[in-house]
Amino acid sequence: MLSKPDSRGRFGTFGGRYVPETLIPALEELENEFERSWADPDFHDEFNGLLKNYVGRPTPLTEARRLSDATGYHVVIKREDLNHTGAHKINNALGQCLLARRMGKTRIIAETGAGQHGVATATVCALFGLKCEVYMGEEDCARQQLNVFRMKLLGATVHPVSSGTRTLKDALNEAMRDWVTNVEDTHYIIGTAAGPHPYPYMVREFQKVIGEECRSQYLDQYGRLPDLGIACVGGGSNAIGFFAGFLSDESVELLGVEAGGLGLTSGQHAAPLTAGSPGVLHGSYSYLMQDEDGQILGTHSVSAGLDYPGVGAEHSFLKDLGRVRYSAITDEEALSAFRKVAELEGLIPAFESAHAFAPLFQPDFQPAGTRIVVNMSGRGDKDMESAVKLLQL
Amino acid sequence: MISLEDRFSQLSALGEKALIPFVTAGDPPLDQLPSILSALCEGGADAIEIGLPFSDPIADGPAIQASSQRALDRGVTPRDVLATISSWSNPGIPLILMGYYNPVLKMTHERFAKSAREAEVSGVIISDLTPEESDAWIQAALAEGLEPIFLTAPTSTDARLDAVVARGKGFIYAISRTGVTGHGSEVPPESRDLVQRIKSRTQLPVCVGFGISQPDHVRMVCQLADGAVVGSVLVNLLAEKWDSGGGRDEVISLIRGLKDATRA
Repeated sequence: MLSKPDSRGRFGTFGGRYVPETLIPALEELENEFERSWADPDFHDEFNGLLKNYVGRPTPLTEARRLSDATGYHVVIKREDLNHTGAHKINNALGQCLLARRMGKTRIIAETGAGQHGVATATVCALFGLKCEVYMGEEDCARQQLNVFRMKLLGATVHPVSSGTRTLKDALNEAMRDWVTNVEDTHYIIGTAAGPHPYPYMVREFQKVIGEECRSQYLDQYGRLPDLGIACVGGGSNAIGFFAGFLSDESVELLGVEAGGLGLTSGQHAAPLTAGSPGVLHGSYSYLMQDEDGQILGTHSVSAGLDYPGVGAEHSFLKDLGRVRYSAITDEEALSAFRKVAELEGLIPAFESAHAFAPLFQPDFQPAGTRIVVNMSGRGDKDMESAVKLLQL
Repeated sequence: MISLEDRFSQLSALGEKALIPFVTAGDPPLDQLPSILSALCEGGADAIEIGLPFSDPIADGPAIQASSQRALDRGVTPRDVLATISSWSNPGIPLILMGYYNPVLKMTHERFAKSAREAEVSGVIISDLTPEESDAWIQAALAEGLEPIFLTAPTSTDARLDAVVARGKGFIYAISRTGVTGHGSEVPPESRDLVQRIKSRTQLPVCVGFGISQPDHVRMVCQLADGAVVGSVLVNLLAEKWDSGGGRDEVISLIRGLKDATRA
């Protein structure tokens, strides 16, 4: 059984609700609306209908023959890249937009790192005719420019954020400030499994379709369960949705891959679970990257979507529980995997998802023949401009 | 050390309301903090909020964000701030630390509370800590004789106001509007309703902050509330004019003008 957070929004000791008082009533309203809707068959009918006929679910499970030959494992890939808008992010954006409509909110805000969540939110807002404003760090606007254009075309306003490190963390700060100011008519669609309760729980529920589909597809195709599931972890929404399908299957090992940037010893990374410590950021108690005085550290990753100093509370819980193992992959390893997956399988993963493939190429990663599922959370079209520079294509 | 509650009683006897200016520790540089505090006292401040800079201040608008960042860029740490406050010869004004939770948690509740008491701090406000999450902090603060102060907002339900007044000490902080810190052209009408809702359930003093920058704002706030908190306008003035004591007269004059507005 999947664990539900306690009445204070905690998975074990992690989670909670650490936000300015102004937002508490909105979080209570959201929690109540989510609980009500999630117990309502009509909500599920509408949500599942849109996932099928608008998003294009179920996404396929693809056997990766050449990748298997090259690595000596039996590798299959969960194809979240084939969702409309190109990543898993739309599962959650769609669910939260339906909730926003039920709560009578007319304005939607979102933060985005790689731009995939921003695009998914802008898309769903266009579908429902809601006003959409997206906060995105200036540095991310530059490295994911294609997604900025997509959001604009979809009718969203993109606010470049120039404060702090000008990446995802600061986009989240700015979105929180907007929400504090406009909370009466605005719903904030957090794109990751982090943030104050009920976000980590709610986002997992909207994303668990990934893991549930995958488990059932795997059983259908192979008559058994995989040995290992791998997903990349920034804030952790694709990973928690994917893991959710297998957490009760003790025989299935789970691995979350964080952004190791220039290496864990360099300090230039975004790996709070692997190299951080617990604290409070963006409304919840979870692992994060902080200095000895509790200031949040700047992060580095080639992947804008993983370039974040915090992580969802349930991941922290699963790490301490020992149910999921977390490790980190460097920029260089991720880029190498990005290229190999393209050459071997004709699939171009997002830089984020390339992190989930990278362990396959590490020496002695697993015994030969291990049956592995990799969650390909998104496609890499958005990263082509960066890839041209970094890989000298 | 004088408690906030005693200070409010004294003011009440004089028929005055409180003026509480906010200054970011470390902006201007931390070695200037003692002389800034003295200038604020000379101007007539009744208590002073000292902001502990944090890297991700989600409740703050542009002025205090930028000020916090400048302080962090100068390498200011909570320990340095507390040591600096300790070194100031306090003429008997209550000091309030205002910050975010993670630095407190990192130092541990107990060590933070003990250091604050040693620095003769009276009250502590943690912007992202609500009563529900604050059991351990309240226990540590009360053990050291500190007054934990909680924020309320126009969006706070009556049930939440009950929770805040049951746990808060010193005074209840009423946020004037839904929003972050920073300038406003007028005091929003919803703040009156909030102050009345708080007053109907507690004897504790109520102070209004966020967007209070002019004597007229202070006058309006003090019709109903027991004091006004003024932040961004002072933070900006200090950043622009304070230069090792230069700009002192302007700071005193700003505070004096605001303080005069607290006298009926």
